Amino acid sequence: MSNLLAGIVALPLAAALPTLVWPGAGRPLTLAAAGLTLAATLLLLGEVAAAGTVTLVPGGWTTGLGIVLRADGLSAVLLAMTAMVALAATLYAGRYFAGDPAERHFWPLWLLLLTALNALFLAADLFNLYVTLELLGLAAVALATLAGTRAALEAALRYLLVGLLGSMAYLAGVALLYAAYGRLDLAGVAAAIGPEPAAAAALALMFAGLLLKTAAFPLHFWLPPAHGSAPAPVSAALSALVVKAAFYLLLRLWLDLFAPVAGAGVATLLGALGAAAVLWGSWQALRASRLKLLAAYSTVAQVGYLLLFFPLLAALPPGPAREAAFGGLVLLALTHGFAKAGFFLAAGVVQRHAGHDRIAELDGTVQRLPVTSFTLALAGVALIGLPPSGTFLAKWQLLSGAIGAGFWWPVAVVAVGTLLACAYVFRLLGHLFGNAVQPAGRRLAGEELPPLLLALAAAVALGLFAAPLWDLLAPLSAPGPRP
Amino acid sequence: MTLQTTLPALIVLSSLLPGLVIFLLREEAHRLRTVFNLAGAVLKLALVGVMMWGVFHGEAYESRWTLAPGLDLVLHADALSVLFVTLSMVLWLVTTLYAIGYLEHSPHRSRFFGFFSLCVSATVGLALAGNLFTFLIFYEVLTLATYPLVAHRGTPEATRGARIYLAYTLAGGTALLVGTVWLRTVAGPLEFVEGGLLNALPAGLHPELRLIFVLLIAGLGVKAALVPLHGWLPQAMVAPAPVSALLHAVAVVKAGAFGIVRVVYDVYGVEFAHQLGLLAPLGALAALTIVYGSARALTQDSLKKRLAWSTVSQVSYIALGASVLGPLATIGGVVHLVHQGLMKITLFFAAGNYAETLGIHHVSEMNGVGRRMPGTTLAFTVGALGMIGIPPVAGFVSKWYLGLGAVEAGAAQWVLPVLVASSLLNAAYFLPILYRAWFRPAPTAWPEEHIPARRLETIGLLLWPPVITALLALGAGMLAATPFSPLDWARLIAAREYAP
Amino acid sequence: MPTPQLIYLLTGCALAALGLFGALAHVSLLQRVMALNILGGGVFLLLIATAWNGPGAPADPVPHALVLTGIVVAVSATAFALALGRRLRETRDE
Repeated sequence: MSNLLAGIVALPLAAALPTLVWPGAGRPLTLAAAGLTLAATLLLLGEVAAAGTVTLVPGGWTTGLGIVLRADGLSAVLLAMTAMVALAATLYAGRYFAGDPAERHFWPLWLLLLTALNALFLAADLFNLYVTLELLGLAAVALATLAGTRAALEAALRYLLVGLLGSMAYLAGVALLYAAYGRLDLAGVAAAIGPEPAAAAALALMFAGLLLKTAAFPLHFWLPPAHGSAPAPVSAALSALVVKAAFYLLLRLWLDLFAPVAGAGVATLLGALGAAAVLWGSWQALRASRLKLLAAYSTVAQVGYLLLFFPLLAALPPGPAREAAFGGLVLLALTHGFAKAGFFLAAGVVQRHAGHDRIAELDGTVQRLPVTSFTLALAGVALIGLPPSGTFLAKWQLLSGAIGAGFWWPVAVVAVGTLLACAYVFRLLGHLFGNAVQPAGRRLAGEELPPLLLALAAAVALGLFAAPLWDLLAPLSAPGPRP
Repeated sequence: MTLQTTLPALIVLSSLLPGLVIFLLREEAHRLRTVFNLAGAVLKLALVGVMMWGVFHGEAYESRWTLAPGLDLVLHADALSVLFVTLSMVLWLVTTLYAIGYLEHSPHRSRFFGFFSLCVSATVGLALAGNLFTFLIFYEVLTLATYPLVAHRGTPEATRGARIYLAYTLAGGTALLVGTVWLRTVAGPLEFVEGGLLNALPAGLHPELRLIFVLLIAGLGVKAALVPLHGWLPQAMVAPAPVSALLHAVAVVKAGAFGIVRVVYDVYGVEFAHQLGLLAPLGALAALTIVYGSARALTQDSLKKRLAWSTVSQVSYIALGASVLGPLATIGGVVHLVHQGLMKITLFFAAGNYAETLGIHHVSEMNGVGRRMPGTTLAFTVGALGMIGIPPVAGFVSKWYLGLGAVEAGAAQWVLPVLVASSLLNAAYFLPILYRAWFRPAPTAWPEEHIPARRLETIGLLLWPPVITALLALGAGMLAATPFSPLDWARLIAAREYAP
Repeated sequence: MPTPQLIYLLTGCALAALGLFGALAHVSLLQRVMALNILGGGVFLLLIATAWNGPGAPADPVPHALVLTGIVVAVSATAFALALGRRLRETRDE
C-alpha cells in the first residue's frame, strides 16, 4: 500500500485547485483534505512501525532518472504531526477568517503549503527536496502577506528574499554533489560520498542555506517580524511546521548523507549556534512587548535546543545512549510543533478579543477567556519543559546525553534557557491571570477548542505516551546511508 | 492489572480526577463541588487504608509506566511513603473542610479547589514515588499546582509573593533536575532502596557524588526552606489561610524535607553519606536554619509571618535528624515529619480563624482573645506547646529522640545546644502570645468582627479542624508508645535504613 | 587551453559571488532582486557545466532539467517579489 505516499502528497494538491475556482467551497474542501490526509498519515505511521521503511517509485522510473518517495520513522512521525496541527489550524482558521475578504486567498495557499510540507518529508532525492523547499517558501511567504498591513508586507518581502538566498545556496550545493558523484538520490550519493573538498563545500553551502531557512542564530532576524505579523493560523504553521521542515532537512542530510564528511567540528559549530540561539531567543522573548513576538522569539530559542543535540549525536557512538538522545531530539521537535501551534492559535483568540496583543495591557484576560488563558498556560508549560510535557523528557535526554558524552556547556545552556523560559512564560501568565477585568471583546464560538487540544497534546499526551517513539526511531539514529 | 499494580496509581488519581472535574464546574455549584471534594477525600482515605493494611501484611504495591527507554514512572509503597501519604491524606481532608468554611463568599472557588486537588495529587505522587525520576516529576508538578493557589487573591501583593515563590522553586527545580540527570548517568536507574543504592559505586566517583549531593540538596532545600534558600516562605504568606496551612504543614515544605530524607536514606544511604562526609555540612545548615528561623520569628508582629519563620526553623529538625548518624536520630527526624505537620497546621488554622472571625492579623491585637474564642485558642496553645517541646504534645517526642540520637552518635556537643536554644527561642515567641491571649483583658472592639459569636465562637467548619488536629497532635504525643502511632512507624522505617 | 567546462564553472562562481554580494549590499528592492537573479544565473551555469561529458559526446540531460526547473522557480519568485514591492509602494503612498 505504498500508494499512501502518493495520496499524502496529492490530496492537498488536488483540493487546492478547486478552492481556487470555487472560493465558497474553500472551508469544507480544506477540512476534508486535512482530515483525509491525517487518516492517511496515521495509516502510514502504522505501516512504517511494522515495516521500517515504505517506498514508492512513481511511474516505475527507478533512481537515476525517477523520483522516489520514501517514508521512514522520522518522516512518518513528522508527517503525522503536520497533519494533526494542520487539521487543528484548519478548524480554527475556518472561524478566524469568517467574513474576512482574505479568506478566498487563504485556502488554496494553505493547501499548497501542506502539499509542500508533505512532499518535503517524503522526498528522497536532493533536487526534489529543492523543489519542495521552494514551493514551501513561496506558499509560506504568500500566506504571511495575508494580514495586509505594511509591517506584514515588509516582513514577508524580507522572508522571501532570505528564502531565495537560502534556496540558491542549497541548489549550489546540489550542483556540486551532482558534479562530484553524478547522482541525485540520497541513498546513491550517500553510498558514494567521501571526505572530498567538493563534498565539504557542498556541505557548507547546503547547511548555510538550511540554517537560514530554519532561523538559526544569527540567521534568525527574518523570523520574529514575519511570524509576529502574520494571521494566527499562518503564524502557527510557520513556527510549528515550516521551520521544522527546514530543520528536518538539516538533520536528514547530516545523518544520512554527510556522515563521512561532517566531523565533530561541524557538529560543535551547530551546537554553539544552538546555544547562542537558546540564550538570545529566550532573552528577547523576555523583553518582548507583544504576545506574538514573544512566541516568535521562543521559536528561535527552541530551534536552538534542537541544534544543541548535534554535538551529542556526533560524540555518542551508535548504541542505546545515541538512540535515547535521537528520540529526545525528535520528541522535542514534535512537542514544540504542537505547543507552538497551540500557543499561536490561542494568541490569535486573545488578539481578536482585545484588539491588540500587547502583553502589558492583557491583565485579567482570564475572566473573559478562561479556556484560552488555560491553553496559553499549558502551552507555556510545554515550552518551558516542565513535567509532564514531552519537552521535559526531551530535555532529560539532552542533559543525559550531554553528561554521558562529557559536555558540560549544554547543561549550563539548558539550565539558563529553562530559567529564562520560566521567566517569560510566567511573566505572561502573571498578566493574564490578574484580577483586573478586560473590556468584553469579540469572541467566536469554537475558536478556543483547537488550540486547547494542541496544547494538551504537547503538555500531557506527548509526555506520557511517547515511549513507542524510541522503538520507532532506534534504527535511524546511526549515521550512514539508508537502504 | 491487579490491585498490586494499580493501587498506587489509583491513590493519585482519586484526587486528580475529581480535581479536573471541579475545574469544569460552574462557580455557583457549591454542593456539587463539595460532593466531589469530599468524595475524592473519602475514596483516598479508603484506598490508603487498604494500602496500609497490605503493607503491614507484607504485600508489595507498585505501579509502573514507561515514559522512555530506561525512564519509568514508578509509584511504590514502602514504609516511608505510607507514612507520608497517610499524613497528607488526613491533613488534606481536614484542610478541605476548613477551606470550604474559610472561602465561603469568596470568588473563584472552582479554580481554587481544582488546583487544591491537583496539589494533593502531586503531593501523594511524590510520596509514593519509587525512584528519583518520578519524585522529580511530581515535585515540579507540585510547584505548578501551588503557584495559582498562592496567587489566588489576585492582589498585587499576592502576585508579587507568588512570583517570588515561583522564582525560588523553579530555580530549585532546575538544580534538582541537573543533579538527578547527572546521578542517573553515573549510577543507573535510581529506584529507592532502603539503605541506599550508591555504596557499591567505585571510589573514583566519590567527588562527583559529593557535587551531585550538593545539587540535590540545593534543589530540595528551596522547598524545605533551608537557609539561605528560604526567602520565598515568608513572602508566600499572602495566600489564603487554607493555602498557608497546606503549604506549610503538608505539601510544599514537607515535600522538600521528605525529598531530603529520601535522598539521604534511600538513594545515598545514611552510612555511605556519612562516609562521604556529607552529613556534617547538612547538619550545620540545618542547625543554622533552626536557630536563624527562630530568631527571626521573635521580631515578627504579624502572626502569619511569625508562624512562617517558625516553619523555616522547625522543618529543619527533619534535616537535622537526617544528618546525624544513628537510628534514634533518624526516628526523631522522620517522626517530626508527622508531628510538625499536625502542630503547624493547627497553628495556621487558628491564625486563619483569628483573621476571619475578628480581623486579627497581628500578635499585638491578640489580647484577651482566649475568652472570645476559647476553642481556637486552646488548639493554638496545644500547637504552641508542642513547638516548644513540652510534653505530652507530640513535639516533645521528636526532640527527645533527636537529642538521644545526638548522644548516641557522639554529636551531642553541637546538637543539644541547638535543640535547647531552639526550644528557648520557641518559648520566647510563643509564650508571650499565649499570655496575651489568656491573661490580658480584651480590647473594647476587635479590629473587624466578621463573624459574631453565637452558639459557637465562629463557624463550625473553621472551628473543628484546628481542634481535631490539636487532638491528633496531643494523641501522637501521649500515645506514642502504642503500635501504629507515628513513632512506631518511624521506628520501623529507621530499622530498615541501617545495615544489621 | 581551458576546457569549456572550466570556463563555465569559473564564470558561474564569479556570477554567484557577484550576485551574493549584490543581494547583501544593496538596499533597494529592485537591485536586490536583480542580484538574486544573477546569483541564480551563476548557480545555473554551475549546473550546466556539470552536464559536460567530454568533447563531442552528448551532454547529460539531467542538469538541463534541473536548470529549467530552477529558472521557473526563479521567475515565479522574482514576479512575486516585484508584486510585493509594488504593493508596498502603494501602501506607502496611501
